[in-house]
Amino acid sequence: MRAEGSGVRAEGSGVRAEESGVRAAMPQITRLQELVYELKIAEVMTSRVRTVPPHTTMAELREILREHRISGAPVVESGELLGMISIEDLIKALAAGEMDVAVGQRMTPAPVVLSADDPVVLAVDRFVHYGFGRFPVVDGDGKLVGIITQGDITRGLLKKLEVEYHEEEIRRYRASHIFEDVVSNHTSIFLHYDVVARDFEHAGEASSKIKRALNRLGFSPHIVRRAAIAAYEAEMNIIIHTTQGGKMVVDVQPGQIMIRAEDSGPGIPDIEQAMQPGFSTASEWIREMGFGAGMGLANIQRCADEVRLESPLGTRTILEAVIYLDQEDLRGANRKG
Amino acid sequence: MKLGEIVSIVEGRLISRRADLDMEILRAGAADLMSDVLAFADPGSILLTGLCNPQVIRTAEMADIAGIVFVRGKYPPTETIILAEEKGMPLVVAPHTMFELSGRLYRAGLQSCDISDRNYVRADLKGPVDVAGECG
Repeated sequence: MRAEGSGVRAEGSGVRAEESGVRAAMPQITRLQELVYELKIAEVMTSRVRTVPPHTTMAELREILREHRISGAPVVESGELLGMISIEDLIKALAAGEMDVAVGQRMTPAPVVLSADDPVVLAVDRFVHYGFGRFPVVDGDGKLVGIITQGDITRGLLKKLEVEYHEEEIRRYRASHIFEDVVSNHTSIFLHYDVVARDFEHAGEASSKIKRALNRLGFSPHIVRRAAIAAYEAEMNIIIHTTQGGKMVVDVQPGQIMIRAEDSGPGIPDIEQAMQPGFSTASEWIREMGFGAGMGLANIQRCADEVRLESPLGTRTILEAVIYLDQEDLRGANRKG
Repeated sequence: MKLGEIVSIVEGRLISRRADLDMEILRAGAADLMSDVLAFADPGSILLTGLCNPQVIRTAEMADIAGIVFVRGKYPPTETIILAEEKGMPLVVAPHTMFELSGRLYRAGLQSCDISDRNYVRADLKGPVDVAGECG
């Protein structure tokens, strides 16, 4: 028995086009915030550190800072970190006419250090808290391994962002050209997912993967959303209602995306009744989890252009949802935003 | 309105890391049943819900929902928060009921999700009911 889909797309006002533009810009901003947590100090610091022995005079320090174009240096003796001397200290010495004094006398002793393994966000916090211009960085044994300034953080973040941006663009570009580069009379990409009955811990994972795959293949966000919602409802139906789970297959072709969900039981006795919005056979504990609204099949119908639901001999169920694609949908990856 | 404004209107607290409080939110919806959410939620909208299990994050991900506000001070379990942070989904906990929060946000100008193009409301249920006529 076939039940035709409504064919109505969940599109609408021009508001959505604006939203998708804003959302396209957003990933860069939150990614930056993520990176601050992910990156380690070791990845952004300067590891070739110019150090000075404590008997260095302020006059000699001036030359060292100028020559290396640095704003400060760790004061080290016999491999031990004694303190930090900076350009601020130099300016004070200049003003007081103390250019012959040793840096050991004017340095900040027992400096606050950062650990190379700590995340950059900690360094950001320390810069704010202390107001220093730089921190020496030590390894697990307390040995000096580098120095970090706020400039290092900015440079490190921007560099990482740029690398990531290119990687993602390349991945999307490659995947979205599959239908053009792979030549055959008819190219299909099949994605198979096994779905385990009652497995609420992993529920939605298959749909999440489907969504990511379709995004990678370069389909427009509208198409991806429709497919993802249909897949999710189909996946949840298998998890909630079947005895032994089932299988989902997504068949991606240049002209359409078909989502097929198949299981081995218990089947649907009355297809027409099952298709009614609000009708559900879900038990109480299922509803307590937030399911069983009875909107699953209705949602699939709304998202797909064609829906076929069959329960041969009432012993198992096969659901097929088809979304038609036009040329615009296929070239989604080449559109900005 | 910005996510940050929403957080203060609901008198809520952000419980996930790395949320963009300047994110522009245009619409909102409220529901406790997941399939209902998938039926009406607009991409980029905010969801008010009392459902705390990780499935709410999955559902929100499928519908491209921009953020979730848990009502009546319901604090979701760790699995939910972890999944949300993985997906970059901001979570807020607010101390008022769903009705109260819906009212506050609606009054502040946040629009409802647009379901005018969804034709699954049964035709025989559209339009006002003549109660007197029904009872004869």
